[in-house]
Amino acid sequence: MMSIHVKMAWRNIWRNPRRTVLTVSAIAFACLVLIFMLSFQFGSYETMINAAVKIQTGHFKIQHKQFQENHNIRKTIVHPDAVAGILDKTPGIAAYTFRSRAFSIVSSEDRTYGALVIGIDPDKESRTSTLPDLIREGEYLSQTDTDKALIGRLLARNLKVTTGDEVTLLGQGRDGSVAAAVVTIKGIYSSGQDDFDRAGLHIPLAYFQQVYTMSGQVHNVVAIVQSLDRVAEIKQQVQARVQTLETGNSLIVRDWSKIMPGLKQAISMDLVSGLIFWLLLIIVVAFSILNTFLMAVFERTREFGVMMAIGTAPSRLMKILLTESLFMTVVGMGAGIVLGIFVTLYFQTRGIDIGGAGELLNQYGITGRIYPKLSVLSTAIGPAMVFVITFLAALYPAVKVRRLNPVEAMYFA
Amino acid sequence: MNIVEATHITKTFQQGDIAVQALKDVSLSIEKGGFVALAGPSGSGKTTLLNIIGGLDTPDSGSIVLDGNAFEEMSRSQLADLRLHKVGFVFQAYNLIPVLSALENVEYVMLLQGVPEKERHDRARSILDDVGLENRYHRRPRELSGGQQQRVAVARAIVSSPSIVLADEPTANLDSETGKGLLEIMKDMNHRKNVTFVFSTHDRMVMDYARRLIRIRDGQVDDDVTKNA
Ligand SMILES: Nc1ncnc2c1ncn2[C@@H]1O[C@H](COP(=O)(O)OP(=O)(O)O)[C@@H](O)[C@H]1O
Ligand SMILES: [Mg+2]
Repeated sequence: MMSIHVKMAWRNIWRNPRRTVLTVSAIAFACLVLIFMLSFQFGSYETMINAAVKIQTGHFKIQHKQFQENHNIRKTIVHPDAVAGILDKTPGIAAYTFRSRAFSIVSSEDRTYGALVIGIDPDKESRTSTLPDLIREGEYLSQTDTDKALIGRLLARNLKVTTGDEVTLLGQGRDGSVAAAVVTIKGIYSSGQDDFDRAGLHIPLAYFQQVYTMSGQVHNVVAIVQSLDRVAEIKQQVQARVQTLETGNSLIVRDWSKIMPGLKQAISMDLVSGLIFWLLLIIVVAFSILNTFLMAVFERTREFGVMMAIGTAPSRLMKILLTESLFMTVVGMGAGIVLGIFVTLYFQTRGIDIGGAGELLNQYGITGRIYPKLSVLSTAIGPAMVFVITFLAALYPAVKVRRLNPVEAMYFA
Repeated sequence: MNIVEATHITKTFQQGDIAVQALKDVSLSIEKGGFVALAGPSGSGKTTLLNIIGGLDTPDSGSIVLDGNAFEEMSRSQLADLRLHKVGFVFQAYNLIPVLSALENVEYVMLLQGVPEKERHDRARSILDDVGLENRYHRRPRELSGGQQQRVAVARAIVSSPSIVLADEPTANLDSETGKGLLEIMKDMNHRKNVTFVFSTHDRMVMDYARRLIRIRDGQVDDDVTKNA
C-alpha cells in the first residue's frame, strides 16, 4: 500500500492543478530545451570538426617533429610504408593518405604567385578527404595522371587560369636542386574556406616525388578515424607504435585540435556561451519553483500548525513537502526528457537548415544542414542540472516549515 | 486523581509596544474523567490556558504537570511526543487535513503513534461509528458539514485514548442544534470511555453541559463550580 505521506504529497500537488501544471511544464520545458540545445551543439561541433578535418587536416597527422615548426622540405617521413603498416593494424582507423608539400613559385602566362604545391595520392586522398567532392570545374586526378594539377578557385582566379591551361612550378627539391615542372590544370576546387582555396595546387604524389627529388619520402600521413570521440584514444595507440619505428623518435602525431587550435577555441567559446544561457534558463525555472513552494507553504500555514499541534514532527512535514517537490520534478523531468529525446531525434534524422545563419559554421565550410547528435551526455547534463536546482529551490521552504511555531501558525495565519 | 495540575501560571504577550498579560497567576487542577467548561469572554485567556495545558505553548512562570509529566523538565520534542500520545486537540475550525478522508484523518494520528495498519483501520472505523459517521468514512473534509467535520475532529482526538482532550470553542462555528449534537457526542464519549474533556466557550448553552464550570476573566480564575450529579 502507498504510504500515507506519499498519498498526501500526491494529493497536495493537485490541490492547485493550474499551478502544478505550470510548474511541471516549466521543469519539462527546461529539460526539453537543454537536451535539444546540447545535442544540437554537440552535433554542430561534430559536423564542424568533421567537415574541417575532411577538407584538410584529418583527425590526426603524423609528421617529422621539425617539419611542424618550419616546414623544411628536408624534414620528412623516411619510411611512409612503415607508418602505413602501423595504421593498417590499428583498429578504428577509417582511412589514411600520404601528402607532401613544397612552397613554390607558380606562374601562368600572365601572372606569378607564391603557392603551396601539394602531392597527393589520388585514390587514398579520395578516401580520406572531401577534395574530390569539392571539384567545381574539370575533373579530379586519376591514379595514372602525372603532370596534371588541381587548383583552388581563388588561386585559379588570381593566376587567370582555367582547366586545360598550363602553369609552371618552380621550387627547390629535397636535395637542394632546382625543381621545375609544367603541369596542366585538370580541375578547380572550391571548399568555401578562402584560405584553403587561395593557397595551393595539388599534383599526383608520385610526380611530386620525382619533381622535388623526394626519393619515396613524404611529409605527412593524414588519418581519419571512424568516430570523433575515439580520436584521442587511437592517436595515443598510434603514437606509441610509431615510437618503435627506426626513425620513430623524429616523428610526432598531432590531432585536429592541435592542428587547428582556432576551431577548438571556437568550440570552447561557443560551449561557454551556451552554458551561460542554460544557467539563466535554469535559474528562471528555479524561481518559478521556489515561488510555487513558498506560496504553497504560505497558504497552508494553518494546516501545518494543526498538524504540528497534533504531534506531526517538523521533519515529517519537511518530508511531505520534499516529496511533493520530488513528484513535480520527476513528472516534469520525465516528460521533458521524453519530449526532448523525440524532438532531438526528429531533427537528428531530418537535419536543420542553417542557411547563412551560422557565422561560426560558415567559417568552417558548413553551409548546409546541421544534425543534432543525441547522446547519453547531452540527455543527462541538462536534466541533472535541473534536478539539483529544483531540489535546492524546494529545500528552502521545507526548511522554513521546520521552524514554524504551531500556535502562531494556527492563530495568526 | 488529577490529570492536570497547573500552579501559578502567568503568560504575557508582546503586542507591538504593549505587553498584554493573558494569564495572571492561574492555578487549577482537572480531575480524571472530568467534563469541564472553561468559560469567559473573548480575550479572557481561554485559548492561551488550553494551549499551555496541552504543551503547545510555554508559560512565563508556573508549572504544569500532565498525567505525571512535569513540563518544565521537558524539551520541545518531548513535549511534541507528549501531545501526540497524551493529549487530544479539537480546535474551533480547520482541524482536519484537507487531502485526507475522514477515516484517514483519524488514522493519521495513530500512524504517527506507530499503531499497526490493521488496528488503525479497525479503531478508526469504530470511533467514526461512535460519533455517528458510519457512512462518511471516505468523505474529504470539504465534503462534510461543519458539524460532521467537528465530529471527525473529536473522533481523532479520542481515538487513542489520550489522558485529556482539550477543545477550544469546538462549537463556536456551529449552529446551536449542531453544537448540541457535538456536545452530546462528547458527553457520551466522556461517559462510555471515561475520557477527560476540557472545552472552552462563551456560550451559555454549552456551559450548561459541563459538570464543572471554570470562569475566566482577564486572565484569572473568577469562579469554579462543580455541579452535583
Ligand atoms: N500569540 C499572541 N500574541 C499576542 N497576543 C496574544 C497572543 N495570544 C493571545 N494574545 C492576547 O492574549 C489575550 C488572551 O487571548 P486568548 O487566550 O486568545 O483569549 P480567548 O481565547 O479567551 O479569547 C488577548 O488579549 C490576546 O489578544
Ligand atoms: Mg480563544
